[in-house]
Amino acid sequence: MYYNQKLECLTADEKRELQSQRLVALVSKVYNNVPYYRAKMQAAGVSTSDIKSIDDIVKLPFTTKQDLRDNYPFGMFAVPKSEIIRVHASSGTTGKLTVVGYTKNDINVWAECCARALVAAGADINSTVHVAYGYGLFTGGLGMHYGGELMGATVVPVSSGNTARQIMLMKDFQADIICCTPSYAIYLADEMAKQGFTPEDFNLKAGIFGAEPWTNEMRDEIEAKLKIKAYDIYGLSEISGPGVAAECAYQTGSHIYDDHFYPEIVGEDTLMPVPYGEKGELVFTTLTKEGIPLIRYRTRDITMLDNSPCPCGRTGLRISRIKGRSDDMLIIRGVNIFPSQIESVLMSSDKRISPHYHINIDRINNLDIMEIEIELDSSVAFDEIKTIEEVKRKLAADIASAIGVYANIKLVSCGSIARSEGKAKRVTDKRVL
Amino acid sequence: MLVNQIAVFLENRSGRIAEFAKVLKNANINIQAMSIADTEEYGILRAITDNNALAIETLRANGFNTAATDLLGFEVPDKPGEMHRVLSLLDEAKINIGYLYSFSRTSKKSAIILIKVDDNDKTEKLLTDNGINLVSKDII
Repeated sequence: MYYNQKLECLTADEKRELQSQRLVALVSKVYNNVPYYRAKMQAAGVSTSDIKSIDDIVKLPFTTKQDLRDNYPFGMFAVPKSEIIRVHASSGTTGKLTVVGYTKNDINVWAECCARALVAAGADINSTVHVAYGYGLFTGGLGMHYGGELMGATVVPVSSGNTARQIMLMKDFQADIICCTPSYAIYLADEMAKQGFTPEDFNLKAGIFGAEPWTNEMRDEIEAKLKIKAYDIYGLSEISGPGVAAECAYQTGSHIYDDHFYPEIVGEDTLMPVPYGEKGELVFTTLTKEGIPLIRYRTRDITMLDNSPCPCGRTGLRISRIKGRSDDMLIIRGVNIFPSQIESVLMSSDKRISPHYHINIDRINNLDIMEIEIELDSSVAFDEIKTIEEVKRKLAADIASAIGVYANIKLVSCGSIARSEGKAKRVTDKRVL
Repeated sequence: MLVNQIAVFLENRSGRIAEFAKVLKNANINIQAMSIADTEEYGILRAITDNNALAIETLRANGFNTAATDLLGFEVPDKPGEMHRVLSLLDEAKINIGYLYSFSRTSKKSAIILIKVDDNDKTEKLLTDNGINLVSKDII
């Protein structure tokens, strides 16, 4: 089943033609409307007339998260404010968020892509879609919500948290599709079992899981515990949100909706395009986006592209599971976190602590747990436990407010965190991904 | 008149208190009183030495988070009921105790109570008014 068979199954020639048309129009639009792109193209010696087909995309300069930060909040928007109907935001590398804006058409395109993902996972107009991604600045919840409504399913916008209520609603409303992070799916399954439920008490048939990297072992575990088929979905707010790519029933990679999002893989060091099947950094150009079009945006996700035919009939190139990051971004409970965000809090929150820290991440009972070891400043000691506990509480609150995730704070003596001579190793991630 | 003590932050790992004692031994510093408060994750060691300034300098140089803090010290007769007498007075006056440690001095048949309270002045007045002598660092 397809949501949009024509566009999901374009022939190679049709797709090339469509992508070329869209790229030419996009480049001309951003050159004229976004001073940042004009300056960058001029600096690279590229003019709009150099871009005649999708093959010319390699002539264009890359765009990075830093560019979004430099133009915070709205400097890279390509339309007047009056045409922006929504903003979303994700973590930036420091205090500022990465902000994206959507026109009405952008929301519609995004919803269609999520609808395609839902239909690919077996949803239809009789489905009940339980959306347990967070609603808000994070794109997960609203993305799948609009996709579900567009394809005509019944959407349960439960958002994240309150697991007992989630379970009750899933049972009472007999949802057949669940959308959440894969680690939360396992947590939910374990909670259901604890409460004495079996999969037969529910009507779940499929789950669409994303927002964090996961493994085939996790897929097996989710499928065994919930008795569903588990689908991977990929996305990032800069490009639109969830539904940049999603799996079909054959599950040999996620089909990119490449009529809207043109993918490239470039070498991690060379930044030159690599052949299909070779690992590198995933780069996207948003062919149809109006609010904040991104040209050759470096996702920092490491993966590879597969152009072999898929039995499902979709012709969208497939990305394999994300193999890692080319930067130090962490994904904790689906939330993107940069160690530098934590560092900025430590520099400003309390003079009694030093900026030497180490992040330990583990997955315990299927939930990501983050512990931050922080060194006390060399001259500091406390004679009362309550003072130490106050310092810890305040740091935990400041960090939670900066990164959106609660961390356990562990104060340690000065000098006890290993100093490195090169790039500091700030993170130990014990999760098996 | 306050008694100066050192407070040391100790992570919970084996041998850490012995390391602390070794640093003081090597600097020829005598420990006169000591107490440890522990949690699951860390401990706070409080001690009075014959040279707190040198102790702090040496401990810091050896990687111990150390700082000086002040507390009140009282001398009472070394006999049953004296601790209760002091604590009852504080309780009646609604003075909060952060922590307390004490030791007896058999040579002088007296005991020293070291106490961290939320109001030093009020505590000092209350206890001296009741005939309990304040001690200074030198007396210890």
